[in-house]
Amino acid sequence: MATELHRQVNYLKGELEKEKVAGESGDAAVRVRSLTRSFDGRAVIDDLQLDIGTGEFVALLGRSGCGKSTLLRVLAGLDREIEGEVLVPRRKAVAFQAPRLMPWKRVWRNVLLGLPGRPGRAVAERALTEVGLGHRVDAWPKTLSGGEAQRASLARALVREPDLLLLDEPFGALDALTRITAQQLVGELWQRRGCAVLLVTHDVEEALLLADRVLVMDGGVIAHQVRVDRDRPRDIADPLLAELRTELLDRLGVKAPEPAVHKVA
Amino acid sequence: MSPVLEPVVPLSARRRPVPRWLRRTTGPLLLLVLWQVSSATGVLPSDILASPGTIAGTASDLLEDGTLPHAMLVSVQRVLIGLVIGGVIGVALALISGLSRLGEDLVDASVQMLRSIPWVGMIPLFIIWMGIGEAPKIALIALGVTFHLYLNVYAGIRGVDAQLIEAGTALGLGRWGLIRHVVLPGALPGAMTGLRYSLATAWLALVFGETINADDGIGFLLNRAREFFQTDVIVVCLIVYAALGLLADFIVRTLERLLLRWRPNFTGK
Ligand SMILES: Nc1ncnc2c1ncn2[C@@H]1O[C@H](COP(=O)(O)OP(=O)(O)OP(=O)(O)O)[C@@H](O)[C@H]1O
Ligand SMILES: [Mg+2]
Repeated sequence: MATELHRQVNYLKGELEKEKVAGESGDAAVRVRSLTRSFDGRAVIDDLQLDIGTGEFVALLGRSGCGKSTLLRVLAGLDREIEGEVLVPRRKAVAFQAPRLMPWKRVWRNVLLGLPGRPGRAVAERALTEVGLGHRVDAWPKTLSGGEAQRASLARALVREPDLLLLDEPFGALDALTRITAQQLVGELWQRRGCAVLLVTHDVEEALLLADRVLVMDGGVIAHQVRVDRDRPRDIADPLLAELRTELLDRLGVKAPEPAVHKVA
Repeated sequence: MSPVLEPVVPLSARRRPVPRWLRRTTGPLLLLVLWQVSSATGVLPSDILASPGTIAGTASDLLEDGTLPHAMLVSVQRVLIGLVIGGVIGVALALISGLSRLGEDLVDASVQMLRSIPWVGMIPLFIIWMGIGEAPKIALIALGVTFHLYLNVYAGIRGVDAQLIEAGTALGLGRWGLIRHVVLPGALPGAMTGLRYSLATAWLALVFGETINADDGIGFLLNRAREFFQTDVIVVCLIVYAALGLLADFIVRTLERLLLRWRPNFTGK
């Protein structure tokens, strides 16, 4: 089995190298040029440019309905009715807002679904342990709690060893406490794996705590971006973050209420 | 004014003086006793309806001399063959029109059109086409089964959550991978409903098919009993039909419990 896994990793490495040559992408994990996507003649994404470096953690903010999910679905290769140039790594993984586990497959089978080769159960167990679900390996998805299902979905994405991890509001449905734990988990996993991440979120603080760069989408393009030059783990009480938070909220068209500091539990 | 409080009584604490199954069997038992008494006192003549005692005796006679087991075997065999044929055709058609647009356009309209013909009305045609042997009976059963399975499997396939299909695509499943891991398992609940309906239909079709021209099987026993006014035999045959139907339902329920374990809401409790 060990050799099987090894072979699979090698296979994927080969794919990656091909990708690099073919895409001339240097050290970019995503390269989008003049992307346009319209629904019924209305351009939801309108001549959008985007670059994400390898291993870079990017958060994407924007008002509801501004096209964040649409962009993410394009990057995931789920939406091809597009114009423009989109380069993404072959190895990419998505975690949706709803966990979207197949209810008829036990958790570990869900994690392995669609993987090339015939990976053994141990591969799934390892990934599930990594997200703290080692004890629910054999469970049916419908018996998982919301947070557990979301972590299973994350394990399913991670087990693919992605070069690009696409997260569409993965913590949206979680309660505040579970959410903090899940954010930390994503931060840790990202540091361990070193894959590029695009995190779509509504939560400005979440974006600031996790990302290297925060983008604001508006009018079908990336309208604004800020760099977050702070070591991790970050403290939301950090003045720089507070300043950036006000700036971003302003960009999102929200008058920032005075410091978020009081809010922190 | 403070509201009147009332206790929320835990289910386990609610005492049931008489177990439910006992209460539920009382009614039928009383009916049986009434029936026996009316037969014994002559209120219910035996050429209208035999007494429960007589029926029990007849049943054990028929079982002992092998008539009933043989008839049951023949009838069950008919149902099974019809079920398999109808099942294969129904599921195959449902897959064709469920999984492809082209298939849907070709198959669905025709099946919907044929479905509006009452299948019992096909009996005369079947007799003309296939004579009065086994073939028309099996064909009748297969016909009823085909439509039920087709409709439910087709609806099941089309009802699979598009979000799950998208998730499967994102996980790298190809067309066949999607069908195997997402579409078919997702259609299974519908298919099981279809199976249950089609079993019920199959028994009905059997009864129709056998009473019209029977040379063997339970329907044959039934017809012969009618000629000799043996109401006891007729009732025995009806009971056998009912029991076999119940058995089939039990089998499907068990199958559902095994195949649909992943649905926490499906316990039938
Ligand atoms: N399949 C579709 N057909 C028509 N319009 C669509 C379709 N999908 C999305 N849209 C429209 O495109 C716009 C962008 O949708 P999208 O889902 O990308 O928004 P979003 O930024 O993710 O919003 P939210 O934060 O609420 O999830 C919306 O106005 C939506 O109504
Ligand atoms: Mg969205």
